Amino acid sequence: MAGNGGDAHQDKARRFRDAALPHLNDVYTLARYLLRDAADADDAAQECYLRALRYFDTFRGTDIKPWLFAILRNVCRGEFVRRSHATLAMDDTTDDAEDAAPLWQEEQASPETETLRQWDAETIRRLVAELPNSFREAIVLREINDLSYSEIADVVGVPIGTVMSRLARARSMLRKAWIAEEGLPT
Amino acid sequence: MTCAETEILLHALLDGELDAGHARDVEAHLEGCPRCAAQFRAHREMQQAMSAVQLQFTAPTSLRQRIERALPSAPKRVSNRRSMLKGFVMGTALSAAMAASLVIGVIRTDQDQRVLADVTSAHVRSLQGDHLTDVQTSDQHTVKPWFNGKVDIAPPVVDLTAQGFTLLGGRLDYIDGKAVASIVYRRRVHVINLFVAQGAASEGYGAKLETMQGFNIERWSAQGLEFFAISDINAEELQEFVEKFDKALHSASGT
Repeated sequence: MAGNGGDAHQDKARRFRDAALPHLNDVYTLARYLLRDAADADDAAQECYLRALRYFDTFRGTDIKPWLFAILRNVCRGEFVRRSHATLAMDDTTDDAEDAAPLWQEEQASPETETLRQWDAETIRRLVAELPNSFREAIVLREINDLSYSEIADVVGVPIGTVMSRLARARSMLRKAWIAEEGLPT
Repeated sequence: MTCAETEILLHALLDGELDAGHARDVEAHLEGCPRCAAQFRAHREMQQAMSAVQLQFTAPTSLRQRIERALPSAPKRVSNRRSMLKGFVMGTALSAAMAASLVIGVIRTDQDQRVLADVTSAHVRSLQGDHLTDVQTSDQHTVKPWFNGKVDIAPPVVDLTAQGFTLLGGRLDYIDGKAVASIVYRRRVHVINLFVAQGAASEGYGAKLETMQGFNIERWSAQGLEFFAISDINAEELQEFVEKFDKALHSASGT
């Protein structure tokens, strides 16, 4: 029965809309930080929603946000492959060396007792955008998209231990850049 | 616990991701190690500095529209009586407690529809650019008098920071051609606009959940005022906001 099929189709679209559209700002935000370009983020977010609708029947979880993020991440990777911009590669292997470097061997940028200056949103966004891919992704998912460690692990496809060590490094790098921004000696 | 372990685990402590046992271990190390303790404070400070500003981006309206159009049978909210009653039945299934207070306002009229559309576009507008608040403060005693003379009501401003909804400030906005007060709150990274307008009915009605363009809207009336809370947070959290606001309002007015 064509009518029933149409109803089911519309019902799915409505359920998808109610579940997924409230997260559009989150998806767009992640796309902005991953791609570092407003027009690309726009395209990626739209493609993410189209794919998500197509695969909506396979969504079994209760929280749709990490699921949308995982799709978006794939869209962004595809985009990188298509453009094959070596400098923007989201290949995890490029950052493995950084993952492996022990944190405690790092020099401290400045005394930890120093009071941080409060930067405006624009400055912090830029400092975050300058972090290497996998570290930027970790800190954005945690601090800006408000995901738990296990959700981040699911989205990125790495163990929780890796999430933790990436976050630790991401925060150390960001703090260093944050202080350097003040023009103080590092 | 060694410093090397702590340097990683202090982040999990900061993010509230450690179980009680590990949290105690890390805290014990921080107490005895000034260097790690300083690191912990430094990272906590940066985390607070990050949460103090809006690092989220807002999706352009054009993107939202393109996605809506791409969905099969784009959201034509049919406003015939039957579909509205169906909506009502579904609403009661959602929350029995809410249904008990749903007496009037079941039928969505064209007027209601226009008001909700206004509320939604005012919310979207407020998220774009830098015009979220006209008066930016977390002090309710600053926000309330600011509205004096700007709107013909005295909107109640309550601080719900302790309940998890941070007061960001207030803004003047227009709904249905009238100047209304908007009180702006934040839940984690999500903005809640609470619009307060002159209520038509003297009798209050209970909160009713609506959705429009993917935003959740709670509307209710009390003390001769009409309230619209709109956000992209989920419906449960928005209901929680309404309950906490209502409770604070009642305890403030002594009713």
